[in-house]
Amino acid sequence: MNEIVTLVSAAFLLIGSLFALVASVGLLRLPDLYTRMHAASKAGTMGACLMLIALAVHSGDVGTVSRALAGVVFFLLTAPVSSHLLAKAAYSVGYRLHKSSVRDEMAPEVEK
Amino acid sequence: MSLFLVNVLLALAWSAVTGSFTFLNFAFGFVLAIFALSLIREQVGSVGYFSRAWRVISLFLLFVYELVLSAWRVAVLVLSPRMEIKPGIIAYPLKVDRDFEITILANLITLTPGTLSVDVSDDRRILYVHAIDASDPDATRRDIADGFERKIMEAFR
Repeated sequence: MNEIVTLVSAAFLLIGSLFALVASVGLLRLPDLYTRMHAASKAGTMGACLMLIALAVHSGDVGTVSRALAGVVFFLLTAPVSSHLLAKAAYSVGYRLHKSSVRDEMAPEVEK
Repeated sequence: MSLFLVNVLLALAWSAVTGSFTFLNFAFGFVLAIFALSLIREQVGSVGYFSRAWRVISLFLLFVYELVLSAWRVAVLVLSPRMEIKPGIIAYPLKVDRDFEITILANLITLTPGTLSVDVSDDRRILYVHAIDASDPDATRRDIADGFERKIMEAFR
């Protein structure tokens, strides 16, 4: 039983850190702020949540579990808000989309 | 919403009667309260409460599934040797009009495959979404309308 718990939490920890790694590779490789927010907000959130779940599985104590799960919930609530605000702020100060972008349906709205 | 309150109160009563306020015992009391309410659903008019609870849960499950899928897609995209992306910003006409529904929709969109909310127009009719693959904007708009927006309307209307 104990071995299973250890294995499960190790698996969560490993997968979570892989996602965190992918998120940071994405920050380096993607061309502009908007596409980078995709990597940071999705793979990053996923990585952090999986690692918190690993902690919850590993501890097996109600106080730690409930705090870890609260951490997951707050991550899911706040990550989209912060990436949304960053993207909005970047757009309104005129940070251009990368030249590989195919369309920008927001442009006429801003010029008004 | 008042039935939810009754549900919580019944769970609290269970915790008080059994004399233990641990999280597990409260959760057990909550399940018992749901069972008790479902026994008298005809009398207290809670039929809608259960189907609504189920729709909220199904919205949550859809969300978790989409989150895993989107993290996976981003991972594949980032790790592929030649990144070929056609990003762009798409205007999405909103059907939901209440503030909290727009907030939920925008948050869900951000955490799902290939899309990120950027802004809401001042009249709250249009949501601007940055898509990592904007080569087919109509397909993206259809995905949002048939997926999350429909689920949100089912859960909260």
